Amino acid sequence: MNLRRIGTSLIAPVIGLLFSLAITAIILVAINASVSTVLSSMWSYGTSPRAMSLMLNLATIYFLSALAVSIGFKMNLFNIGVNGQYVLGAVAAAVVASNLTLPKVASVTIAIFAAMITGALWAGIAAWLKVARGVSEVISTIMLNFIAIGIISYIIVRTGIGTETSLNVRGTKPIPESGMLRGSAFIDPGTSIYGFFFISIIIGIGYWFLLNRTRFGFDLRATGKSASAARTSGVQSNRMIYVTMFLSGAVAGLVGLPYLLGDTGTYSLQFPTDWGFTGIAIALLGRNNPLGIALGAILWAFLDISSGQLILEGVPREISTIMQGLIVIVVVISYEVVRRYQVKSEQTSVAKAMAKQEEVAAV
Amino acid sequence: MSQSALAVELSGIWKRFPGVIANSDINLKVASGTVHAIVGENGAGKSTLMKILYGMQKADEGTISINGTNLIFNSPSDAIDSGIGMVHQHFMLADNFTVLENIVLGSEPKNGIRLDFEKARKQISDIAAENGLAVDPDVLVSELGVGDRQRIEILKVLYRGAKILILDEPTAVLVPHEVDELFNTLRDLKKEGLTVIFISHKLDEVLSIADEITVIRQGSTVGSVNPHTQNVSARDLAEMMVGNELPNPEAVGDTIQAEVVLKVDNLAVFAKGGKAIVDDISFQIHAGEIVGIAGVEGNGQAEILDALMGIESATGRVQFKNEDITNKSTRHRRELGIGFIPEDRHRQALMLEAPLWENRMLGHQTRTPNAKGIWLTPRSAKADTKRIVEEYDVRTPSIDILASALSGGNQQKLIVGREMSGEPKLLIAAHPTRGVDVGAQAAIWDHIRHARQSGLAVLLVSADLDELIGLSDNIKVLLRGKFVADADPATVTPQELGTAMTGAGEVA
Repeated sequence: MNLRRIGTSLIAPVIGLLFSLAITAIILVAINASVSTVLSSMWSYGTSPRAMSLMLNLATIYFLSALAVSIGFKMNLFNIGVNGQYVLGAVAAAVVASNLTLPKVASVTIAIFAAMITGALWAGIAAWLKVARGVSEVISTIMLNFIAIGIISYIIVRTGIGTETSLNVRGTKPIPESGMLRGSAFIDPGTSIYGFFFISIIIGIGYWFLLNRTRFGFDLRATGKSASAARTSGVQSNRMIYVTMFLSGAVAGLVGLPYLLGDTGTYSLQFPTDWGFTGIAIALLGRNNPLGIALGAILWAFLDISSGQLILEGVPREISTIMQGLIVIVVVISYEVVRRYQVKSEQTSVAKAMAKQEEVAAV
Repeated sequence: MSQSALAVELSGIWKRFPGVIANSDINLKVASGTVHAIVGENGAGKSTLMKILYGMQKADEGTISINGTNLIFNSPSDAIDSGIGMVHQHFMLADNFTVLENIVLGSEPKNGIRLDFEKARKQISDIAAENGLAVDPDVLVSELGVGDRQRIEILKVLYRGAKILILDEPTAVLVPHEVDELFNTLRDLKKEGLTVIFISHKLDEVLSIADEITVIRQGSTVGSVNPHTQNVSARDLAEMMVGNELPNPEAVGDTIQAEVVLKVDNLAVFAKGGKAIVDDISFQIHAGEIVGIAGVEGNGQAEILDALMGIESATGRVQFKNEDITNKSTRHRRELGIGFIPEDRHRQALMLEAPLWENRMLGHQTRTPNAKGIWLTPRSAKADTKRIVEEYDVRTPSIDILASALSGGNQQKLIVGREMSGEPKLLIAAHPTRGVDVGAQAAIWDHIRHARQSGLAVLLVSADLDELIGLSDNIKVLLRGKFVADADPATVTPQELGTAMTGAGEVA
C-alpha cells in the first residue's frame, strides 16, 4: 500500500510536466519555432557544467524559500511575506557580518542567526495581527513586504548604513572575505557552488524530522488537517500560529544568504526581492515535502537558467515563464485528481477486504 | 385506489458498505394510501433503505416494485418520475429564497424562456389547500421556523407530483405541538390517497400515526405489525428493535467509590450575545460512577463537555481529583487522564485525511505509546493502534489507510478505543455508540462497564435512552442548559425520561 502511495504521488507531477511540455510545444508551433531545436538546445545548455552549477545555486535559494512557505502551508497558514522577511534578514546579516572580524565559522554563524531572528520577528508581526486582531495573514504579510522594502531603501539611501558599493549603486558595507561563504567549484571549475547548498540540505532534513518525528510537528500537521480536531486534542491554536510564523520567518530570513554570503557580500538596491513568490509556487509543486521541494526547485532553476538559450534560438525567453506557470497549474490540478482517485480507491479496497471478511464470517 | 394495492414492494434488498452490511434481505410491503412506519435503532439501516428506494444509492441485490411494476432507479430523478418524493431529515432549502422560489427550484414552470411564477403560485396554493399545508409563498425561508420549513419540504415534493412520500426522521427537529401539526398533515395526505413512509425511532409517535409498522434490526426486516388490529406496546416494538440485546439496567452491581473524581460548581457557558447556553450547573462524579445526561440535542450538552475539556471558555469551577483545573489547558486536562469522545467525530475527533495510526495519536500525542519527550514514537503508536483495532473490532484491512475510508461506526470504535487507552481516570463521552452496529455497541458497553469496575468515572451524554438507562448510575435531565430533574436508572423508563427531557412533566 505504501509503495502504491509513493507511485501515485509521483504520477501527478509527471503528468503535470508532460502536459505542460505538450502545451509549450503547441505554443512554440504557434509562433513558428522548431520545438525540437528549442528543447534540445535548452537541454544541452542546461546540462553543461556551468549551467548546472548556476542551477544548483539558484535552486538552493528557491529551496529555502519554498521550505519557509511550506511550514506555514502545513497548518493552512499562508506566509506570503517571505520576500519581506528575507530582504530584512539579508540586510541584518550583511550589516552584522560587515562589522565583524572573526573566524569564518563564528562570523557566518552570527550572520545566520541575525538573518533568522530578523525574519522571525518580521513574520511575528503578522502572527500577532492574526491572533490579537484577527487580520488575515495573507493580507498582512503582503503589506509587510512593501513596508520591508521601503524600510530597506530608506536605510540604505538615507542612513550611514548604506555606502556607495560600486558606481551609482548604494548598498551595505561589504562583508570582509573572512565572513563570506563562497563554497567550492566542484562541478564547473569557473563557478563556485554556494556553501549554503549544504546548509540548506541540513535544513531540509531538519524540517522533515521536525514535522514527522516531533510532537510539535504532529501538532502542526494536525492543525492543518483539522483545526477543530487539533484544538480538541489539546493544541493551543494561538500559540501554534506564533510558533509556526516564527519558524517560517526564520527559514525565510535565510533565503537571501546563499547569494549574499556566496556572491555579492553586500546588500545593494539591486538585490533580487521576489524569490519569496517563487517559493510559493515551488512549495505547491513539491507538496510541502522537502524532497519534492528540492526537485521542484531544481526544475524551476533549470527553466530559469536555460531560458537564456531561448533568445539564441530566436524565441522569446518568456516561454520559460509560461512553462513554469503551466507546470504549477497542471501539477496542482493533477494532485487533486490523483488525491480524489486515491481516496476512492482506498474506500473500495476497504469495502472489498471487508466483504471478504464478512463472507468468511458468514460461512 | 383500493386499500390493498401495494404502492411499494421491496424484496430481497442487500446493501454493503465498507465494514458494515447496511441492509441484508430487506422485504417491505407498503399498501397504497397508508402511513407506513419503519422503525429501528440508529444505524439499523433505515436511512440506507430509503436512499435505495429514492434512487440515491443502488442496492447490491433485490428488486423494487412501485405500484406493481418492477423498476430500477439510477438516480433520484428516476424515483421522482415514478412519483416518489423524499423529505430529508436535514432540510435542503435556500435561505435567501422565498417559499415560492424554493418550491419551484429545480423544476421551474417556464413560459418560453421566462419563469411563470403566476402559474406556479396557483399550483402551489391548490396543493396547499388540498392538503391543509398553510404557507405564505412570498416569505423568505430564512424567516421561517422549523415546522414551516418542513411543510415547505413536503410541498416541494408534492409539487413535483409525488404520490409516495418518504419522511426521514421528520420529528427529530420538531417540538411537541409541531409534531401534532405534522401528524395532522400526514392524515390529510392519507385522505388524499397518498402513501407515506415514515422513518423514526420514536416508538410512541410511530404508534400514534402509523397504519402499519415494519421493524428493522441490524439491516434486516424482523417483522411487521398493525397497531390498529394488533395490541402492541412501545415496549414490544423496542424489544423487536434491539432483539435480546435490550440493555439490562441492573447489569453490574454498585461500583461507586468514595473518591470524587470530577467536581463541577456553577458551570456556565455563554453565547456571543450573552445568553447562557449552560446555566449554572453543579454536579460531581465519583470513581467507578457513570453519570448520564439526558436531554434533547442542543440543550447545552456539547457546551458542557467542551467546557469540561477546556475547549470552550466557561465560568464556574471544575475540580479533578482535588486539583482545580478551571483554568488549565485542554492538553493539561488530557494528560491528567481525562478521555474525551466528542459529539461530532468528524469535526473534533479525527483527521480524516490521515492514517489510522496517526489518528490514534491525536489527543494523546504527548504520552506513551505515541511520544517520548519531544519525539514521536511511530513504531509503538502503530503497535498500539493494532491493539485497538483488535480489541475494539475496528473493521479495517490495515492501520495505514486514511480514516475517511472507514465507515462511521468503525471510526467511532477507533475513537472509543483510543480514549479508553492509557487508563483514563475520567471519560467524558457523547454518544459513544452512535452509528455502531449492535454487536460492537454491546462490546463498547462492556469496555466501559469493565473500566468502571476498576474505578473509571464517566460522564455520559447519549440520545439513546436505553443506553443511558442501561449504563448510568445516576441520570440528570438537561433542559435549556439547566439540570431540571434527577432520575434513578433503576426505576425510570425511557418514556418517563423522554417526557422529562421536553420539560413536559416530572420524573416519577
